[in-house]
Amino acid sequence: MPFEENEHQPSSDHMIPEPALHTGPEFAVAEDVHEVVAGEPVVGTSLWRDAWRRLLKNKLAVLGMVVSILIIVASIIGPTIIRRTNGFTYDLIPKDQTLTKSFAPFRNAQGAFSWTHPMGTDNAGRDMLARVLSGGQISLMVALISTFVSLLIGVSYGATAGYVGGRLDDLMMRIVDVLYSLPYVIIVIVLLALLPAKTPTGQLAQLFFALGAVSWLTMARIVRGQVMSLKNQEFVLAARATGVSTPRIIFRHLVPNTMGPVIVYATLTVPTVMLSEAFLSFLGLGVRPPRVSWGSLAAEGAQNLAIFPWQLVFPGVTMALMLFSLNFLGDGLRDALDPQMRKN
Amino acid sequence: MLRFIIRRIIVIIPMLFIIVSATWGLIRLAPGNFYTAEKKLAPAVEQNLREKYGLNKPWYTQYRKVLWNMARFDFGTSLKYEGQSVNQILWRALPVSAALGLSAYLLALIVGITIGTVAALRQNSWMDYGSMVIAMLGISIPNFVLGPLLVLLFGLTLFWLPPALWNGFPSKSLILPAITLSAIYIAYIARLSRSGMLEVMRSDYIRTARAKGLRERDVVIRHALRGGLLPVLSFSGPALAFLVTGTVVVERVFALPGLGNYFINACFNRDEPLIIGIVAFIAVAVLAFNLLVDIAYGFVDPRIRY
Repeated sequence: MPFEENEHQPSSDHMIPEPALHTGPEFAVAEDVHEVVAGEPVVGTSLWRDAWRRLLKNKLAVLGMVVSILIIVASIIGPTIIRRTNGFTYDLIPKDQTLTKSFAPFRNAQGAFSWTHPMGTDNAGRDMLARVLSGGQISLMVALISTFVSLLIGVSYGATAGYVGGRLDDLMMRIVDVLYSLPYVIIVIVLLALLPAKTPTGQLAQLFFALGAVSWLTMARIVRGQVMSLKNQEFVLAARATGVSTPRIIFRHLVPNTMGPVIVYATLTVPTVMLSEAFLSFLGLGVRPPRVSWGSLAAEGAQNLAIFPWQLVFPGVTMALMLFSLNFLGDGLRDALDPQMRKN
Repeated sequence: MLRFIIRRIIVIIPMLFIIVSATWGLIRLAPGNFYTAEKKLAPAVEQNLREKYGLNKPWYTQYRKVLWNMARFDFGTSLKYEGQSVNQILWRALPVSAALGLSAYLLALIVGITIGTVAALRQNSWMDYGSMVIAMLGISIPNFVLGPLLVLLFGLTLFWLPPALWNGFPSKSLILPAITLSAIYIAYIARLSRSGMLEVMRSDYIRTARAKGLRERDVVIRHALRGGLLPVLSFSGPALAFLVTGTVVVERVFALPGLGNYFINACFNRDEPLIIGIVAFIAVAVLAFNLLVDIAYGFVDPRIRY
């Protein structure tokens, strides 16, 4: 952590420092210089292949990657498979009155062992496995799209401030400083509680926007720092000399070169946003019924905790596992892509 | 230094203004009104209500009143809890949240710094990896999952601690909420202090201290900790903002009558004076705390100049 800074960076043990030694995919001087041995072809390793190799060495990161891919795949295809095999969906309430109650995992109506509901059912007899997987779909979708929104805002904002510099940069970064110290969650809660969308889909769109709009600050700072360290290099000068317009220089020439740190930070943003979504859904402000997400399932489960603990345990543990894996993957990616910042 | 403090205090005022204006704007933009939640009112009754609460006046008059209220820190009467002023509610709820937040933060400092320092001193040992996995767990388990699970274990299975109750400050009822709230801070502080300590332990002044022949314990406690814990200190500012979020959930899980719980209820009830009161209060607290942290930073690290 740079000591000169008195800026607060939330959730950072070590964020990416401003001047990092990256070259991105486009202007790759990324080939390691190997000693040329006579008679052997020179094999270059690109930055990305190098990073990939380093990532594979990190056992925890690989584990995180495998687990998160498993959960993602299960969430994407799981609900369809369940519907095809035994007809359960996340909102299917059985017609049979004796089945509309909460069964424990692997139990049927008679209390005997059965494979029908591996995670049990909720109060209305809906299959918990189908609900957890469908909830995963929504949670993942919200997390990915909100991260994308924050990426769009943060990258364009940071790149503009960094490239233009001067007064505009001062002003733009002062705004970021101010927004940093705001308890934004409070405003988001007020927004979502008072302006509930008419439809569940509208509600989701509102979530994307609200979460994306509050999580772009660190991204903007990172990109600004990167752009500032890049903008005086020859290729920018060359572009300017040949008459390329400012927006085009920023988005075609500078932004692609900041991708390394951006990808790393985006990977670390996904779990944070996912947690925020779950937090809002838990309070009843995020995803609304009939849609489910891990947060809203956990909220439901927490209410029936004393009698039907599995209603909380399965969505809660699935989500924790996903966050755990994503965090390790993000940490690993950071170490792999930015060896300078490697955890000592 | 003094100039820096004054400048920062002056910045707080427009920020407070923006926050309160944004909140008030949102409340006003929202369709309906606080009395529309229940059954349809007769036009005459509605007219009376609007008059009583000044809703028939033009928006700028109402806005001015909100700002004037904020300037005096007197937010009027709650719409939902009739006959209670917002200030009464604030002062009743504050000790609950403060006790919870403070104990959680102290717990996090003690446990987090210990874990982080031990991990840094035994770098790459099983203790290091173990504590970092624990820290990652703390970051990954949402507090609204952790809280109910702790209740299930200690409150409903082992019957050691009350599941949900408020018994005043030093009581058993605070233990589970404080642990739940502190989990994520323990994790962050452990990670911060680990990386801070690792960096410091390799610096020149530590080598000097060792070269002087100081005992390793003195090197760590008197010299390294002071520099190594700076990241932890600078985390304290944002931590308060997180604490606010955390308390909203934890107070709801454990049914504690704190600010967070009142805030959510006020939002659902559209209790305008109470919402604005709590928002302004939290904003002031967070901004003031950030300022305090920055000032403290200058004292702890003499290299920092404003």
